[in-house]
Order: sequence, then C-alpha cells, then structure tokens
Amino acid sequence: MVSADKIRDTVAGLCIRANLFLRKDVLAALKSAHAKEKNKRARVILDAIIGNARIAGREKLAICQDTGMPIVFLEAGQGVKIAGDLKSAINKGIESGYRKGYFRDSVIKDPLSRGRPAYQPAVIHADIARGNKLKITVLPKGFGCENKSALKMFRPTAGLEEIKEFIVQSVESAGPDACPPYIVGVGIGGTADYAALLAKKALLRKVTTSPRHHVTSKLEQELLKEINRLNIGPMGLGGKCTCLAVNIETYPTHISGLPVAVNISCHALRSASATL
Amino acid sequence: MSGTIYTARDQAHKRLTEALKQGKRLPINLKDAVIYYCGPTRTPRGKIIGSCGPTTSSRMDTFTPALLKAGLKGMIGKGSRSDEVSRAIKKYGAVYFLTYAGCGALLSKYVKKVTPVGYGDLGPEAILKLEVKDFPLIVGIDSQGGSIYAQK
Repeated sequence: MVSADKIRDTVAGLCIRANLFLRKDVLAALKSAHAKEKNKRARVILDAIIGNARIAGREKLAICQDTGMPIVFLEAGQGVKIAGDLKSAINKGIESGYRKGYFRDSVIKDPLSRGRPAYQPAVIHADIARGNKLKITVLPKGFGCENKSALKMFRPTAGLEEIKEFIVQSVESAGPDACPPYIVGVGIGGTADYAALLAKKALLRKVTTSPRHHVTSKLEQELLKEINRLNIGPMGLGGKCTCLAVNIETYPTHISGLPVAVNISCHALRSASATL
Repeated sequence: MSGTIYTARDQAHKRLTEALKQGKRLPINLKDAVIYYCGPTRTPRGKIIGSCGPTTSSRMDTFTPALLKAGLKGMIGKGSRSDEVSRAIKKYGAVYFLTYAGCGALLSKYVKKVTPVGYGDLGPEAILKLEVKDFPLIVGIDSQGGSIYAQK
C-alpha cells in the first residue's frame, strides 16, 4: 500500500534533487567533452557549465532558472495499491518541491489566455509494469529546448539516410537556441504521439560515451558524429561538442507509417527517480 | 559589465511595445537602458537573487526594433537574432550581448541588488532592476550589426 502522502513527499524530493544536482552521467559527459574540446571559447563555456553545476549543488540554487515544465513518469506495477488521490498527490508534491526549492513558477493554466504562472500541474505519463512497485521519475523539461521538438511522419519505405537527415536537420535548425551541448532523444515507431513520448523517454536513459549493446547503438553513434560535424558548439559559438549523446527508442508501428520524433535536451538535462 | 540592467522577457516585451504604440507610460526609462532577457527563479532565503540565466533572445525579435527606436542601447540573452534586429541594432547604435546559457546559479553571483520595478503581476516575467558587478558578457552583435554567429 502506497499512501498519497508518501507519493507527494517523494515527488517533492525528486523535484528538488533533479533541479539542484545535475545528473552524474550528464556531468561526466560534460567533463569528457571539456577534455576533448580544442576550441578555446568552447572550453571556457564548458568550464562555466561545469562550475555552474558545482555552485548549484553546493548553494542549493537551481541549475537553470528554467526549472521547466515538470514531467512525471509513473511505472506502476499492476499489483500496486494506492491509498488516496494519485494525481493530486503528484501535483501537491510538485508544488511542495518547487516551493521549498525556490524554483520557478513556469506553468500557466490556459495556453491561450496565458495569465499568472504556477508551479503545477505536471504532465503525467503512466506505464503499466509487472509487480507491485511504483517507480516515479521527475523530468523538469526546459522549454528553450522543448520548443525545438520535431516530428515527421515518414513513408514506410523511407530509408535510413532520409531519417538521419531529418534528425540532423532538426538539431541544425535549433542552432544555438536550445543551449548546446545537446542530448538528443529520438523516438521511432508507434504513433505520432507515441514517437514523441519515446523521444522524451529516451532522455531518461543514461548518457554514455561508450557504445551500448543496443539495437540502435550503431545509429546513435553515427548520428552523434554527424551532429557534431555541424560544429554548432557550446552556446552555438563553435566547437567539437555540439552533442553529448543521441538516445534512440523504438516501438512497433503500422505497416503504412514510420513516425520519427526528435526531442532535444539542453546540457542541463535533469531527472531523478525513486521506487516505492 | 557593472551597472544597471532590467529583466524583461516575452510578456513584458509585449506590454512595453503596446505601451509605446498607445503612447502610454512605461515602467522603465528605455533611454540608454540595458535589458536582460531573464525570468529568474524565486529568491532563496539569504540570497540576493535566485538562478538567473538568459532565455532565448529570438523570441523577443519582433518586439526589439520598437524598443531600440525608443532608446534601448543594450540587450543580454542567448542565441542568434533576426536580420531585422541586426539592422535595427546598427541603425540605433546598440549592442547585443550573450551570457553563459544554462548557468543561472553561476550568474546569480554577479547580481548585487534586485528591485522590482514593474509588471509584478507577471510573476517570473516581471521587470526587475538588477545592479550587477563584473557580469560576464560576450558581444553577440556589435553596433555595426556584425554578428558573432557569422564569424564561425
């Protein structure tokens, strides 16, 4: 039995953790990029980014002032029993965490009439899993990079080169605006919305600089090389390091289609998980 | 740079240009002013300001020429600007600066004083007057309209 209060407190803690402490794998990738970067200005910027993460964690200041639109991923085991209102607990947790952390109220209720922002509601995605545990992940997604999301519904006979060109082009269009160096999430398959969700979920996977034993690993490495050839660099001022990693997630899709979605993350890729 | 800068982003820019169009009074004096495209987090206890890095400047492009015409001399943000903005920067002899993107915690260290000056109802998008010392800047577009992004 998982109580709503426990969920609320866990979500609050994850919000704070995600926004104050840069993910270890992302920090490691930034340090590795700094070591490899030859462009002087790029090195200075990467230094500032790494220094910023240190200050944020030490002084409890948000890594970035855009503490994002909170996205909450739930992996609910079929056997999980929840006492209380789950959605309300999540949003109360967001409110509590963002208040305690002195983060930013970046969420407006009505996308058309705008109005004064609040800290919540979060965008919530729920997945059904086996077992009786509840895994909660909070991903505060910055909107500078979210605004550069892309989706293309390819013909089912589209070739890999076309798809790669679309992905690389999406990053090229983003240019400096989504805060490079980037982590690029790609979703292939499913439906239009599912491909976009896959692209977002791909950002939850660890950023590694070594190839993984994954079906799409070769494609990820090739795309990483091609994107880095764009020479956008940190803050778009040039350099080897435009992208730290490309993560691809795939899913079965319809015989008539091939949805491909790109979700770019800035260098401040933030997420934190807990299992109840 | 050291001195006074004003935070203003999307909604504040919309209001400022509307006010200029309607001949209404502005909450800040634009003459020779420097605007910082920034919506900071809340201010933690014991701090002068929260995390306060730059937001994407291109979203303010459509509003910028009017502000430059009204006397705005400097802008601080991140990312490139439109050709129209470059031309207006040259025409009015202004400068566009970049600062460290995604480094809000680091940048907060350069802010010495914060005073709310207008549009408080916009929450994080309100106009704040910031006194800064040694705030790190990179020239993005100089007063001749030359862009750093064209140099790559």
